[in-house]
Amino acid sequence: MMHHQLALRFLCDDGGIDVIFTLQGDPSLFVASAASQLLVHMLTFSVESETTKPLSTKDGDWPACAQMIIKHIEDSLQSSSSSHIEQSLNLLTSLFGSCCDTWTEVLWLGIAKQIESFWMEETVQAHHMLAKLLLKVAWSPVFCDTESGIWALVTSALEHLTPVQAGPLAVGIVRHYNCPQDVRIQALTVLLQPMDCILRAASQPLEYAGLLDESVSDPATVESLLSSKSSCVNLLCQTLAHLEELLSQMRFSVDLPYTSLLHSLTTILQFCNGFLRPASPLGSTISRNLINCFRVQRSALDVLAALSEKKACDTLLGSLFDVLLAYLESPNTNPTVLKKTFQATSKWLVRLRELSCSNSQWQQTEKILEDVFLVLQKRLCSPCWEVRDSSLEFLTDLIKSLRDQDEFRQSLLSSEVPRLTEDLLEDPESYVRASAVTAVGHLAFITYFAPESPATGNQYNKENTVAKLHEILSTDTEGFPRRAVISIFNKWVREGCIGQLEDTEQFVSRVIQTVKHDLDWEVRLGGLELIEVFSSQTVCRLCVLNCPYTSVSAVTGCIHQNSSLLIFCRAKVFNFLFQSLCDCDQPLGQRACDILLALRCRFYPVKTLKDSQVAEDSYAGHGIAWLQRTLRQGSLAQNILTDGGNRVDFQDPESMLLALGIIDLEELHDELNKSSDHVEKSPQSLLQDILASVGTIEENEADCY
Amino acid sequence: AKSPILAVPEEPSNSLSKKRNPHVEVYCLSGHPTLPCNVLKFKSTTIMLDCGLDMTSTLNFLPLPLVQSNIVLYFCVFSVDVFFLQELKECSGHVFVDSVPEFCLPETELLDLSTVDVILISNYHCMMALPYITEYTGFTGTVYATEPTVQIGRLLMEELVNSIERVPKAQSASMWKNKEVQRVLPAPLKDAVEVSMWRKCYTMPEVNAALSKIQLVGYSQKIELFGAVQVTPLSSGYALGSSNWIIQSHYEKVSYVSGSSLLTTHPQPMDQASLKNSDVLILTGLTQIPTANPDGMVGEFCSNLAMTVRNGGNVLVPCYPSGVIYDLLECLYQYIDSAGLSNVPFYFISPVANSSLEFSQIFAEWLCHNKQTKVYLPEPPFPHAELIQTNKLKHYPSIHGDFSNDFKQPCVVFTGHPSLRFGDVVHFMELWGKSSLNTVIFTEPDFSYLDALAPYQPLAMKCVYCPIDTRLNFIQVSKLLKEVQPLHVVCPEQYTQPPPTQSHRTDLMVDCQPPPMSYRRAEVLTLPYKRRYEKIEIMPEVSNKNGEKDGGFLLIQPNSSYCFSSPFD
Repeated sequence: MMHHQLALRFLCDDGGIDVIFTLQGDPSLFVASAASQLLVHMLTFSVESETTKPLSTKDGDWPACAQMIIKHIEDSLQSSSSSHIEQSLNLLTSLFGSCCDTWTEVLWLGIAKQIESFWMEETVQAHHMLAKLLLKVAWSPVFCDTESGIWALVTSALEHLTPVQAGPLAVGIVRHYNCPQDVRIQALTVLLQPMDCILRAASQPLEYAGLLDESVSDPATVESLLSSKSSCVNLLCQTLAHLEELLSQMRFSVDLPYTSLLHSLTTILQFCNGFLRPASPLGSTISRNLINCFRVQRSALDVLAALSEKKACDTLLGSLFDVLLAYLESPNTNPTVLKKTFQATSKWLVRLRELSCSNSQWQQTEKILEDVFLVLQKRLCSPCWEVRDSSLEFLTDLIKSLRDQDEFRQSLLSSEVPRLTEDLLEDPESYVRASAVTAVGHLAFITYFAPESPATGNQYNKENTVAKLHEILSTDTEGFPRRAVISIFNKWVREGCIGQLEDTEQFVSRVIQTVKHDLDWEVRLGGLELIEVFSSQTVCRLCVLNCPYTSVSAVTGCIHQNSSLLIFCRAKVFNFLFQSLCDCDQPLGQRACDILLALRCRFYPVKTLKDSQVAEDSYAGHGIAWLQRTLRQGSLAQNILTDGGNRVDFQDPESMLLALGIIDLEELHDELNKSSDHVEKSPQSLLQDILASVGTIEENEADCY
Repeated sequence: AKSPILAVPEEPSNSLSKKRNPHVEVYCLSGHPTLPCNVLKFKSTTIMLDCGLDMTSTLNFLPLPLVQSNIVLYFCVFSVDVFFLQELKECSGHVFVDSVPEFCLPETELLDLSTVDVILISNYHCMMALPYITEYTGFTGTVYATEPTVQIGRLLMEELVNSIERVPKAQSASMWKNKEVQRVLPAPLKDAVEVSMWRKCYTMPEVNAALSKIQLVGYSQKIELFGAVQVTPLSSGYALGSSNWIIQSHYEKVSYVSGSSLLTTHPQPMDQASLKNSDVLILTGLTQIPTANPDGMVGEFCSNLAMTVRNGGNVLVPCYPSGVIYDLLECLYQYIDSAGLSNVPFYFISPVANSSLEFSQIFAEWLCHNKQTKVYLPEPPFPHAELIQTNKLKHYPSIHGDFSNDFKQPCVVFTGHPSLRFGDVVHFMELWGKSSLNTVIFTEPDFSYLDALAPYQPLAMKCVYCPIDTRLNFIQVSKLLKEVQPLHVVCPEQYTQPPPTQSHRTDLMVDCQPPPMSYRRAEVLTLPYKRRYEKIEIMPEVSNKNGEKDGGFLLIQPNSSYCFSSPFD
C-alpha cells in the first residue's frame, strides 16, 4: 500500500501512524520489525513522492509524513527510554541499509551528534545496534566520500567502544573499499590487538614480530579483558570469528601480518592444551583461562584453516604441524575440536604439498604424512563414532586433494589406514558406514582405478569392493550409507572408472534395478543422476569409437542414435525414467523430465513426432497413448505394477523412440516445476480466504489470522 | 526433681583417655597423596584415616618370574663392590635390587600407633598397609570399613601375598640400604626415600588377623566413638563401597574426603551434600593424572587394543583385579562387536579373578542407580556376566592349568600386578615383549610406566600409557569446595603447587579461600581451628552449687580450662 499517496495520507492524517509507532515496541519481534520496516517505506515514499527540490535540515522542506516520522525518531533518540532509543536505531539501520538517496545525508547530519553522544557518554547500552547503524551508514554510497564526516564518527566509536563492542564495526570497516587508511589501521588494531597480546604474553622477549606497532595501541583494556576467564573466552572467540570472516573473503585486499597471526594462533592452541609455558604473569593468567576451552580451540582452528590459503606463513610450518599433531594425538581432544583439527590439517597438508614441490621439502612432508596416518589409524578404531566419522571424512578430503601426489599415495598405502577403512564399511553406526563408503570410493581411485594400481593385499579387490558397496546399496537399512554408495557410483561412472562401455552398461543397469524401489528419494535421485551421466557418456563414447577423426555425418549420427538407444533400453533406463516422472517426490519427476528432454533433443534434434502429426494408430500399438494418458494422471508407478507393464515395452527401442517423440514433455516439465503450494499462494486463494472469513468470522478467525 | 541438664563430663571410659586438647591435630604418616595414612587427634580420640601402602618401592626390584626365564640372562651383576654381587643387578643402565620386593610402610615413629583408637578405611586401595599396623604396632582398637571394601581389599591382599609367595626367593637384600652405600648407588636407588621403612610383604595369617578387627558399616550409619565423637561413612563414588567420612562432635565437624569421584561409573554416586558446613575438610586421594580425561583414556585404550588385535598382535593390560577393570570390561562389551573383535578371547588371570567378578555382581546396594535397577529385573548389574556366558571373557586363577589348554592368540589378557614386578604379568611381558605386534596398555595410574618397563628393556612390544583415574580433578575439587564451603581445607603439599614437571600449570592445584593448609610425610599439623563449645552433662550437686536450673554452656578457655556459662547470666 505504500506505493499509493492515498494510503500514505490515510495513515498519516487519521492517526494510523501513531499506531505504527506504538507497534515498534510490540512484544512480538515480528510485529515490531514489520512496524519498523513499514515506517522506513513510509518515510522513503513520502520523501520521494512529495518533494521536488533538494531537502535541507529545515522542517518546512520535508513532507508532512516524513516530518512526523523524523520527529518521532529524534524524540525517541533524545528520550531516556532505552527501548525507544533502540527502536529508532533499528529504524535508522533499516533506512540506511535500504535507501541510498541524498536526502538521507541531510537526515544523518541532524542526528549524528545525538548518535555520537551514546558512546561518548555511555548512556546507552545498545552498542551492537550503534555498530550496525554506523556500518550501514558507512557503506551507504551517499557517504562514500573519504572526506565524509562518517569516518570521524567511526574513529570516535572505535576509540570509545570496548574491544568486544567495537569488533563487529571494525570487521565491517576494514572491508570497506573506500575506508581511509588511518581508520582502517585503527579498525585492524581493534581486531588484532587480542592476538597481539596473546603473542606478547606468551614469550618474553618476543621471538617473532608482533602483530601491531605498540605506538598505535594501548593494550591495557584488552589485557584486562584477557585476565578474566569469561571475558577472555568471549573476546577471543569473537576476534577469531571476525578474523576468519576476513580471511575467508576472497577479494580481501588488506594484507594482514600472516606470519605473526599464525604464530599467535598456534600460541592460543598451545595455551588451550596446556603445552605452553608462558613467560609472563599475564601469560600464566591467560593459560589458566584457556586450558581445555573447546570454544576457543574450535574458533582458532577455523582461522588456522582459513589462513592456509594465504602465503607467507611458510616459516612456521614445522611448529604448526607439531601443534596440529598434538591435537590429533591427544586423547583429551574433544570430538568437535578433533573434527576442526582434521579440517585444518587437511588444508595445511595441501599447502605443504605446494611448498614441497617448490622447495624440495619432501622429507618433511613424508614425516608429517607418516605421523598423520599413524594417528589416523588409531582414530579409525576409536570407540566414539563421531571420531571414526570425522577420521573418515578427513581421509576422504586428503585423497580428494592429494591423490596425485606420490609421497601421499605411498604413505597412505603403506599404512594400515586402507584396511581399517574397509573394515568400517560394517560399522554399526550408519553415519560411519556412509563415510566409510565415501572414503573407500575415493580410496579406489588410488588403488583399483589407478593405472599403476599397487597390490595392497587388502581383503577387498576391485570386484569385491564393488560387490560390497552394491550389497550396502541393496541391503543397508539406513539411508545414509545407501546415499553414499549411489553418490560414489556416480563419481566412478563420471570419471570413467568402471571400464569399457559394456561394463558400464551392465553396472548401471544393475544399480538402477536396485535403486528404483529404494524408499529414500535421495537414493532414487542419485539413480537418475547416474542415468544422466551414463547417457551423456554413452553418446560421447559412441561418437569417439565410431569416428574418432571425422565430424558426425547424418548417416553416422543415425547409427549412433540407434546404438545408444539400444544401450539405454538394455540398461533399462527408460522404465526408471518414466516411472520417476510420477514419483511422489517432486524433485525426481523434475530430474527425470529434464533427462528425457535432453534425450529427446538427441534423438529428435530438429522436430518431434508430435509436430509432424503422426497418425495416432501408428503409436497406439506401442501403448504410447496409454503412457501419455497415465503420465497426465500422474499414476504411472501404480499402473505399471498392475497392467502397464503389458502395454508399454520400456526395453523396446522403437517404442521408446516414439514415446520420446510424442509425449508432451514440455507440458509435463511445466507442471512439475510448479511449486506444491502454487494453488495456496495464488491471489485467488487469498481472496477466497478473505471471503470465507467475512462470511463466518468467528469460525474462520484463527485460520484467517 | 527435674534431672540436671548439664553436668561435668565423665572422662571417657576407655583406657586411652587423655587430657582434652582444644586443637585438632593431623599426623601425616604417608608421603603418597593417593595412598594416605593420617592420624587425626580430635576430642580425645585418636583416629587413623586410611592406611595406604606405597608400593612404588617395588619398582626398584627385579621382577619375580613365574618360571626361570630369559629375563635374568639379560642382567649383568652390578660391579661396584663385591658385596653387592648378590644384591644388585644391572640392566640397560638401570640397577635393581635382586630380592623379594619390599613396600614402603607408613611412618611408625611419629606417634605411638598403639594409641590409635580406631581406623577408618575409605576404599580397598587405602587399606593395603592394614596388617602392618594392626599386627606390628600393638594396635587394639577397631577398624571400620564397608563390606565391599573389606571383601575386595581382602582379594587385593590375597593376590599380593599369593603373587609373592608362589615365587619363593631365598635372597633378601639389606646391605644396599646402608646410607653410605646408598649414596654411591646410581639413580633411582640413590634417591629412594625412607628405605629403612621398606618391608617384605605380610602373610595370609596376618591378613586374616587384620581383617578380623574390621567392623562393617553402611553408608550414613552413625558410629559413636566413646561418646565423644560420631563417625559416619558417606558414598564417595570412586569404587565399590568407597567412603568419605564425617567425624563430628556436637559443635565440630571434620570431613575426610579420600578417593572420590563425580563421574558416572559403577559405584553409588558421591554424597556431597553431607560434607557441607564442615569446620575442617581433609582432602586426599585426588586424581594422579589430572591432565588425562578418563573418557579420552578409555577411548585411547579401546583404539589401541583394536589396532593391535586387528594387526594380529596380543594386548596385555596390567591391572588390579578390581576397580577400573569392571568399567573397562563394560566398555569393551559395547565396543568389541562394533570393532569386529567378537572372536578375540579376553582372559582375566588372577588368583582372585573369579571372586572379583562374582563379588561385583552381588554388591547391588553399593552400585549406581542404573545397575541397582538391573538387579530387580533380574539381570546381572555388570555386563561381564554376559561376556563370560558367551565365552568371550574367560578367567583363570593362574597361567598354569586350564589356561594353557585354552590359550589362543591373538588375545587380550588382563592380569596383575600393574608394577610388572610380580604376578602373571611378568610371564606375559617375557612372552610377548619381543614382538612389535604386541602391545602393553597401562591403565592403572599408580606406577610410572617407564619405570615399570625398565627391567624389560630392550623391548620390542608397543607400550601405550592410558591411565584411567576417575578420582576428582582440580576443577571438580574447586567446584566441590565452593559447594560445601568448609572453614579450613587441609591437604597434602603436592596439591598446593603445580606438578613438578608442569610448573606452569597453576590450574593443577587446589584453589580455595582461605588457602589450604598442607602437610607432608612425618609432619604434625595443628589446625588453626579451635573448639569453642562443649556439650556436657552436669551433676545435680554441681548444678545446685552454681544455682543453675535449666542449663547453660561450657566455654573452653584458651588455656584449655572449662568455664561454665548460664544462659541466664
